[in-house]
Amino acid sequence: MIRVVLPFHLRQLVGDDREISLSVAPPVTQRSVLDALEARHPVLRGTIRDQATLQRRPFVRVFACEQDLSHEVPDAPLPPEVATGAAPLLIVGAMAGG
Amino acid sequence: MGSVRILVGTRKGAFVLSADGKRDRWAVSGPHFPGWEVLHLKGSPADPARIYASASTGWFGQLIHRSSDGGKTWEPVGNRFEYEGATGTHQWYDGTPHPWKFARVWHLEPSLTDPETVYAGVEDAALFRSTDGGRLWQELSGLRRHPSAPSWQPGAGGMCLHTIVLDPSDARRIFVAISAAGAFRSDDAGETWRPINRGLRSEGVPDPTAEVGHCVHRLARHPSRPGVLFMQKHWDVMRSDDAGESWREVSGNLPSDFGFPIEVHPHEPETIFVVPIKSDSEHFPPEGKLRVYRSRTGGNEWEALTQGLPQQDCYVNVLRDAMAVDSLDPCGVYFGTTGGQVYASKNSGDSWAPIVRDLPPVLSVEAQTLP
Repeated sequence: MIRVVLPFHLRQLVGDDREISLSVAPPVTQRSVLDALEARHPVLRGTIRDQATLQRRPFVRVFACEQDLSHEVPDAPLPPEVATGAAPLLIVGAMAGG
Repeated sequence: MGSVRILVGTRKGAFVLSADGKRDRWAVSGPHFPGWEVLHLKGSPADPARIYASASTGWFGQLIHRSSDGGKTWEPVGNRFEYEGATGTHQWYDGTPHPWKFARVWHLEPSLTDPETVYAGVEDAALFRSTDGGRLWQELSGLRRHPSAPSWQPGAGGMCLHTIVLDPSDARRIFVAISAAGAFRSDDAGETWRPINRGLRSEGVPDPTAEVGHCVHRLARHPSRPGVLFMQKHWDVMRSDDAGESWREVSGNLPSDFGFPIEVHPHEPETIFVVPIKSDSEHFPPEGKLRVYRSRTGGNEWEALTQGLPQQDCYVNVLRDAMAVDSLDPCGVYFGTTGGQVYASKNSGDSWAPIVRDLPPVLSVEAQTLP
């Protein structure tokens, strides 16, 4: 199972579950994980990536295994630790604003 | 006697303030949507239990929530606001063409007759409508396709459609206002639009009497006189007696005619309320005195309402959607400040008391009068 950790604002929308477990068929990529996440929780559509272009919103960051994956292409494989569920994929609100 | 529910949108969530008809004791619920910037929430005139709320953040974009139980519980509905067809361009701050891009919903205006129908005024300026309770949104693109649209420019807060006024006597007539393009009217339910800015004079644009380019801050009208409109412009309080065909200034003896909100008394169509702000450079009240001004003559002659309001060292602002009236008798008047206070008057403005003092900066205030 893929583990996804959401930031405070988005946890409110999915029932305050800090970590969500998702079944994602390989290849495990940002796109496939976000597709599965939005399928499970349609309310998240538009909050992490634009609904039309599917581009990441400017102040959303994607971290895993102490790496910033925000600028990776959406179809790049995620680290094996994420694909095996050993490490979570972190959706993070960028440190900006108040 | 009835009761009152005040819907307050703030920089960090929404609050619902409730009282019986005496309006002496208030219950406060919230924050709803904590951490989200709630620009506006408003109840359906046709079903007061139905409330729509616009919540957004710069990080996670736009959400629309609705309540079917008067704000006790909420459910997220549709947040897909896509401009119809080619988006075209408007002018950017530097004068260059800039593609229309959705940023957020500034104002929600439920239909006067159908709880499932609601209009949304958005940034970049456009009007959307949902007829299924907020699930799906469709642009009324005739406004954005107006020939003047490529010349529209954003105000300091963005190019927002912030005011939507529906006409109780003519379901096909809609008024909107855009900063900084001006006021527009549709007589065919939003299909086509025309500017209604004749008589406005704005020194901040090259042609002070141009057809578009005015920074209209807010429109208001009394339901019994849909042809009479009042306007708080960037500077100047204005009045139209012909549904916007022409405007005349009614600032009269106001200490400043800059401001944001304007409201009409629910039982006296010639009684209006404004909150003068010193200037566009100093967004605080003149002399550090928070004063609501009331005109009982439809403008020009104004009286300061100060009892219960801070009369020294007060430097808050009152934003365009942050004032409302209930329809009890005598009517209640409410406004919220950027300092987090919500003030209430239960006697048409004669005296005031804070309901709450320490909310996040208040962005909007709406009043619901309940049976």
